[in-house]
Amino acid sequence: MMPVAVLIPALASVDPVPWARSQMAFTLGFHIILVPLGVSWAAMTLIANYRAIKHDDHDALLLAQRWSKYMAVTFAVGAVTGTVLSFEFGLLWPKFMGQWGGAFGVPFAFEGIFFFTEAIFISIYIFGWQRLKPWTHFWTGVPIAVAGILGSVSVVAANAWMNTPEGVTLDASGNVIDVDPMQVIFNSAMPLMSAHMVVAAYLVGGFMVSSVYAVGMLRGRRDRYHRLGFLIGFTVAAIATPVQMGVGDALARWVFTEQPAKFAAIEMVPETSSDVPEVLFGHLNSSGEVVGGIAIPGLASILSDPKKGTSTEIQGLNTIPADDRPTNANVNVTHFAWDIMIGLGTLLFLLSLWYWASWLFRRDMPKSRWFLRCAAASGVLSVITLEAGWTVSEVGRQPWIVYEKMKVEDAATANTGVWVTFIVVLLLYAGLGVTTILVLRGMSRRYRSRDGFEEADSPYGPNKPVDLDQDQDQDQVPAP
Amino acid sequence: MSTVAALILFTAVTVYAVFGGADFGAGFWDLVAGGAKRGERPREVIDHSIAPVWEANHVWLIFSFVLLWTCFPKAYASITLTLFVPLTIAALGIVLRGASFAFRKAVFRTRDQRNFGAAFALSSVLVPFCLGTVVGSIASGRVPSGGEAGDPWSSWLNPTSVVIGVLAVCGSAYLAAFFLVSDARRLGDDTMVAYFRRRATTAAVVAAVVALAGIFVLSNDATYLFDGLTSKALPLVILSAVSGVGALLLIRQPTRPGARLAAVVAVASVVVAWGVAQWDYLLPKTLTVSQAAAPSGTIQAVLVATVLAAVLIVPSFVLLYVLDQKTLLPEEGMPEPEAIELPDITRGHGQPS
Repeated sequence: MMPVAVLIPALASVDPVPWARSQMAFTLGFHIILVPLGVSWAAMTLIANYRAIKHDDHDALLLAQRWSKYMAVTFAVGAVTGTVLSFEFGLLWPKFMGQWGGAFGVPFAFEGIFFFTEAIFISIYIFGWQRLKPWTHFWTGVPIAVAGILGSVSVVAANAWMNTPEGVTLDASGNVIDVDPMQVIFNSAMPLMSAHMVVAAYLVGGFMVSSVYAVGMLRGRRDRYHRLGFLIGFTVAAIATPVQMGVGDALARWVFTEQPAKFAAIEMVPETSSDVPEVLFGHLNSSGEVVGGIAIPGLASILSDPKKGTSTEIQGLNTIPADDRPTNANVNVTHFAWDIMIGLGTLLFLLSLWYWASWLFRRDMPKSRWFLRCAAASGVLSVITLEAGWTVSEVGRQPWIVYEKMKVEDAATANTGVWVTFIVVLLLYAGLGVTTILVLRGMSRRYRSRDGFEEADSPYGPNKPVDLDQDQDQDQVPAP
Repeated sequence: MSTVAALILFTAVTVYAVFGGADFGAGFWDLVAGGAKRGERPREVIDHSIAPVWEANHVWLIFSFVLLWTCFPKAYASITLTLFVPLTIAALGIVLRGASFAFRKAVFRTRDQRNFGAAFALSSVLVPFCLGTVVGSIASGRVPSGGEAGDPWSSWLNPTSVVIGVLAVCGSAYLAAFFLVSDARRLGDDTMVAYFRRRATTAAVVAAVVALAGIFVLSNDATYLFDGLTSKALPLVILSAVSGVGALLLIRQPTRPGARLAAVVAVASVVVAWGVAQWDYLLPKTLTVSQAAAPSGTIQAVLVATVLAAVLIVPSFVLLYVLDQKTLLPEEGMPEPEAIELPDITRGHGQPS
C-alpha cells in the first residue's frame, strides 16, 4: 500500500495536460453525436410535417409529432453538453482563451444568435402542436433547421480558425493587438470544413433515424408508418452521402496543399517522396518507419493530385522541425481514424447507391433483408465515421492548438485536479448516455404499444379547450 | 467602445439572473414540494411554467460566457483559472439539471420520475449557489489577473462568496415564486395561487434577511464592493429594497397586477448594483474593463452580433413568451391515446406521452 504521505503529493502534481486533453476529447466526442440530430432531425421532421399537411397523411403526422418529442430530449442533452464545452474552453485551456479569445470568440458571438433562435423556435414548435394552426406551426419549425445549419457553420469556423489562424496581428511579445473579424470567420479552412460538417450532420442524422426504422422493419413491423420513417431518414442520408464524397475529397486536397503536416500524418508519410503508396492501416514504429498494413503502390500520390499522377510529391513528416512534429502516436491515431472514415464512408456510399439503383430500376426501395440489415447498421457506422473524421481533424492538428502559434501543452490549465474532474465527467456522461438511450427506447416502446389503437381523429388537435377534457388528461388545464 | 461591450455583457448577465434564476428557483420549489402525492400539483404547475422556456433562457448563460471570453479574454481566463472548482460543479450541475428535467417529462413510472425529479431539483439549487459564489469571488477581488491562479478553495469558500451563493439561491426561489403565482393564476388554479403566494412571501422575507446579513459580511470582507454599494450604487440598492417591499404588498392583493414585475426589478437592480459598484473593474481591483478588452475589431464584430441579436432574438423571445402566456404552448407534441397493456406505468404526474 502506498503511504498517504507519498500519495498526496503525487496526486497533487499530476500533469493536467493529458487529462485536460482527454476530458476535452471525451466531452466533444459525446456532444458531436448529438449534433447531427440537432442539425438535421428538425429538417426531417419538417419533411414529415409538410407531407402530413399537404397530403393529409396521418402516418407522416404521427412521425413528425413523435420525432419532435424525441428531439425535445436529444436537444436538451445536446444543449447541456454544449454548455459544458463553453465552460471547458476556459477551465481546461485558460491560456489559450486568454490569448486568443478575442479572435476565437468572434464566430461564437454569431453562433450565440443561432443558438438562441434554435432554442426559442424548438420550444415553440414542440409545444405548439395542439394550439397553433397547421401551417403556422410548420413555419415555426423552419428557423430551427436554418439556425442549426448556421450555428454549426459558426462553431466549425472557430475550429477552422485554430487550423488556419488568420486575421490576427501580433505585437513583438505575441499579444493579439488587432483582429479582423471577417478574416477570422471566413478563414481559409472554414468553407470546406463547415460544409463537411453540415453535410455530415445530414448524413449521420439520416442514417441514425432510418436505422431505427430498419430495425423495426426487420422485426416485422412493415407498416406504412415504419416505411415512411425509414424513407425520410434514408433519402436524406442517401442524398448527403454522395455530396459528402465530393466535399470530403475537396477538403482532403485542400489539406494536401495548405496543411502538409496534417496531410503527412493522414497518409503516414515519414519522408518527402513521390509515388507514395496508399497504406491501408499499418503504423509507424518507434523509429518512424511504416510497418504493417496493405500498401497500394502510388495511390496516395495519384489521389493527391490526379493530374500529376504518381509523380505527385507528398511532403513527409521529416520536413517538420522535430519540436513541432506530431508524435508517432498522433500520426498513428490520425492515420487509423482516416482509414476508418474513408472505409466506412465508402461503405455508406455503396449502400446509398444500392438504394438509388433500386429506385431507378424497380421504382421502390430495396426489398432485400440484407439491405435492411445494412441500413440497420448504418446508424452506428455513420456515428463511428463521424467520430473518426473528427479525430483526423483534431489529432491531425497536434501538437498545435492554434496552428504554428500556440501548442496544446502551453494552453492548458495549471490546475492539477483535472484528473478528478475527468473521472467525474466520465461517470456522469456514461450515465447520461445510457439514460438517454433508455429514455428514448422507453418512449418508442410506449408508442409501439399504442399502435393498433386508433390515433386521435383530428390531426391537428382541437382548438377548443372543451376537447382537452375528453382525453382525460390530468396534465391539461382548460384554457381560461 | 469596450464600455459598450461591458454594458452588453452586464445586460446579458442580468437577463440570465432574472429568467435563468426564475427557472432555477422553480427547481427549488420542486425540491421542497414534498412527496409524490402532496407535491403532484405544484410540480405540474412548475413543469408547465418552465418547460417551454427554460432552454431559451439557458442560452443567456452561454451568451454571457461567449461575450466574456470574446470581449474580455483575459478576464475569462483569470476567472476560469482561479474558480475551477465552483465552475466545474456548476457545469456538471447544469448537465444534471437540464437532462433530468427533459428525462422526467419523457418517463412515466413514478419511481423514474422521482429519481429524475430529485436530480433536477437538487442541481437547481447547486448551480445558482456555485454561480453565486463565483460572483462573490469576483466582486470581493479574489480573482487575480495576469495568468496567476488564486487559491482554488478559499477563493470561493469565503464569507462573501458563500453569502452571495446563498443569496442567489434565495433570489431565484423568490423570483420563481412570483412567476409561479402568475402561472397558477393563468391556469385558473386558486389553490396553487395561494400555495405559491405563501411561498413568495416567505422567500421575500428570507431573501431580505440574507441580503441584510450580506451587507454586514461585505462591510468586513469586501470593503471595495461595500463602498461601491453604499455610494454610487446606492440608488439601485434602494430601488431594489423598494421594489421588494412593493412586490410583497402587491402579491397580497390578487386584483393588483405588477407584483411579478416588481420582483423582477428587485432582483435585476441588485445585479446591476453589483456591476455599478465594481465599475470600471472587471476583476476588482486588478483588471479594468479597458485593460481586459479585446482589440477593437473584435468588439466591433460583437456589436454587430448584438444588433443582429436585438433584431432577430428579441422579437423571437417576445413571440415565445406571448404564445406561452396565452397558453398556446400547452404541452409537447400531441396527447397519445392511453395504452392498456402497460403494467409498469403508474399514472403519476406529467402528460400522457
